[in-house]
Amino acid sequence: MIGIQHFLTVSAILFVMGVLGIFINRKNVIIILMAIELILLSVNINLVAFSAYLGDMVGQIFAMFVLTVAAGEAAIGLAILVIYFRGRGTIAVDDINRMKG
Amino acid sequence: MIVALVFLPLLAAVIAGFGNRMIGNVPAKLITTGALFTSCALAWPIFFGFLSGASTAQVVPVLHWIGSGDLQVDWALRVDALTAVMLVVVTSVSALVHLYSWGYMAEDPDQPRFFAYLSLFTFAMLMLVTSDNLIQMFFGWEGVGLASYLLIGFWYYKPSANAAAIKAFVVNRVGDFGFSLGIFGTFLVFGTVSIPAILAAAPGMAGSTIGFLGMRVDTMTLLCLLLFVGAMGKSAQLGLHTWLPDAMEGPTPVSALIHAATMVTAGVFMVCRLSPMFETSQTALTVVTYVGAATALFAATIGTVQTDIKRVIAYSTCSQLGYMFFAAGVGAYGAAMFHLFTHAFFKALLFLGAGSVIHAMHHEQDMRFYGGLRKHIPITFWAMTAGTLAITGVGLIQVAGLPSLGFAGFFSKDAILEAAYARGTEAGRIAFAVGIIAALLTSFYSWRLVFLTFFGKPRWAGSEHIQHAAHDAHDAHGHGHDDHAEAHGHDTSHDVAHVGDHRDDPAGESAGHEPNAHAPGATQVKHGTAGYYPHEAPWPMLVPLAVLSLGAIFSGLVFHSWFVDPTAGEDYWKGSIAFNEHLMHAMHGVPLWVKLAPAVVMITGFLIAFAAYLRDTTIPARFTATFGGLYAFLLHKWYFDELYDLLLVRPSLALGRFLWRRGDQGTIDRFGPDGISALVVGGGALTRRLQSGYVYTYALVMLLGLAAAATWAMMR
Repeated sequence: MIGIQHFLTVSAILFVMGVLGIFINRKNVIIILMAIELILLSVNINLVAFSAYLGDMVGQIFAMFVLTVAAGEAAIGLAILVIYFRGRGTIAVDDINRMKG
Repeated sequence: MIVALVFLPLLAAVIAGFGNRMIGNVPAKLITTGALFTSCALAWPIFFGFLSGASTAQVVPVLHWIGSGDLQVDWALRVDALTAVMLVVVTSVSALVHLYSWGYMAEDPDQPRFFAYLSLFTFAMLMLVTSDNLIQMFFGWEGVGLASYLLIGFWYYKPSANAAAIKAFVVNRVGDFGFSLGIFGTFLVFGTVSIPAILAAAPGMAGSTIGFLGMRVDTMTLLCLLLFVGAMGKSAQLGLHTWLPDAMEGPTPVSALIHAATMVTAGVFMVCRLSPMFETSQTALTVVTYVGAATALFAATIGTVQTDIKRVIAYSTCSQLGYMFFAAGVGAYGAAMFHLFTHAFFKALLFLGAGSVIHAMHHEQDMRFYGGLRKHIPITFWAMTAGTLAITGVGLIQVAGLPSLGFAGFFSKDAILEAAYARGTEAGRIAFAVGIIAALLTSFYSWRLVFLTFFGKPRWAGSEHIQHAAHDAHDAHGHGHDDHAEAHGHDTSHDVAHVGDHRDDPAGESAGHEPNAHAPGATQVKHGTAGYYPHEAPWPMLVPLAVLSLGAIFSGLVFHSWFVDPTAGEDYWKGSIAFNEHLMHAMHGVPLWVKLAPAVVMITGFLIAFAAYLRDTTIPARFTATFGGLYAFLLHKWYFDELYDLLLVRPSLALGRFLWRRGDQGTIDRFGPDGISALVVGGGALTRRLQSGYVYTYALVMLLGLAAAATWAMMR
């Protein structure tokens, strides 16, 4: 029988992979965007799992909202990335260090 | 009238000092000199008013100054017999010195400043002598100290002058510390700083005690001694005398005005002004006597070996101040003031004469390079001779009904010595004996000065100053005679920097008698003159010499009865000093040998100087060879400077350095400003590394922060 703990375990694994994808990744900003998607999806899994477990529809509706936000976030992130590439000629993570004072 | 007398010099000083280059040299000099002559003209009638007995003591209030509880201080000008003497001395000498400076400072580029300082000094001194309370006296006291500092350091580009000015100021601070403690103590005891009130209350306090530094001491003794410490500092008495000889770095008119005739006598004046107070403490008077006598002897011994003409006179001043103090110490305040009065004339004369010699000798001050000047500068010679006759006390004592006759110093010095003997106390007898020995030395060094300077053969060739002068004159115009002033002028600044080159030369005493020992070059060997012929000074310098000569010759003869005569003196002083009538009577009853002793030692001193410096000029050299230790001891001024250097200057420098390195730099700076800035720098270096600029580090921090916040929210 697959219980709620399995869903939560998968979700946690995905979340940690997403987080590590942001920090350990040294190559490409696109991977960061993908890692963020991964984190959002892991959260969605949590929401849907608890919705089913508790018999409450709110969680699933919230998951829909999160998907929408994730789509918007991906669109804006990719747009920034395109502009950034035009400007700097690179999207390697190690080259993006202009935020220090 | 008295207000105008006191404040005219201040007004002139302000105009000349702040006007400076705007109003130019001549107006500045005219204003200051004019103001001083006006003051002088106002002062003499006041003095004569007291002499004739027509005037009485009066106090002219000017302004209310301080009102704080019991402490009420007014600016007020007090005029009584004692002040009148000082007014005359100060304004006369000052006016003459102003006039003299027209000639002496003629080449100086900074004359308005000089005259402004001179006038400022005169104002401060007049404030001091007219003060009605101790605070105003302290104001004048510090004012003259300031003016003295400014004038000693007048040639501020000379390091030695700056050092001397600072030394004078610092040594005087030691004395002033005692003086201010004395004023505080007086206020504590009497509840007032008004001099008449204090003097009236003083006898009532005799015998009471007061706690001081954890001990019970006699009130009046303590106060008098504290005040006397101030007098010692200002009047260069033994222990605090070291600044006076160094003060000779200032221009010579300054030496004459401040460091001979007026300022240094402020201590004597103060003791006389507070004489009823000193009379209440026998211990204090004994201390005054011993300090005065010790100074008289000590300074005279040093004066015998100095080679700088101004320093000889400076030590002579110190010695004469010692006479005045022991006169005050034995209770002969009239005699002390009398000696102050006559001394002002003949010592100013000697200094101005020395200035004239220095002027003629192109700023050479070393007597070993003088000689034979009698024929070249005869007026100066006669003036100096008059001064020397006065200081050595040449005169005839009263024999068989004939009135006594003599130069100024004869009356005043003999009065002091007789009073010391007539006092009859142990301190008085010792002071008398010491005074006689000092008189012998005085006669010796005064005549030595005259003989070395004016007699014998010229020995100028060894002097760098003269070589410069002769050389310049020859190069420019072929003959040195009429070009002296010009050569003098453009060389002044250069020359003053050399003053003192020859000082403290261990081979000193003999060098003067080998005229050509230092003379290089063939052109300079003839007669030891190096082809240089000194000139008499211009008339502005000669007039004061002439006037002061009259003072040196006649001031004793004319004025002695008012100062020291038992009845006329009582009428004159009218209680402004503690006039001891019995002592003045006793003075006339001293044995004949006491009256003759000063004359005998005076002649002895003259003969020794005559033998050693005119007849057989090898005697000094042989003497120094035989008594090398004694000679070195005297030449190094009893090693006082060395002693102070070892005991005070070095330890305080070491302490200062310790506090600076360890205390300030090592502790306060290290943990204070430096520590904080190091902390900020270190912290900044650390946090700078967090600011990497990489997006993912910011994201990490954000996540950690979020996790921490979430944890905190849950755990709460």
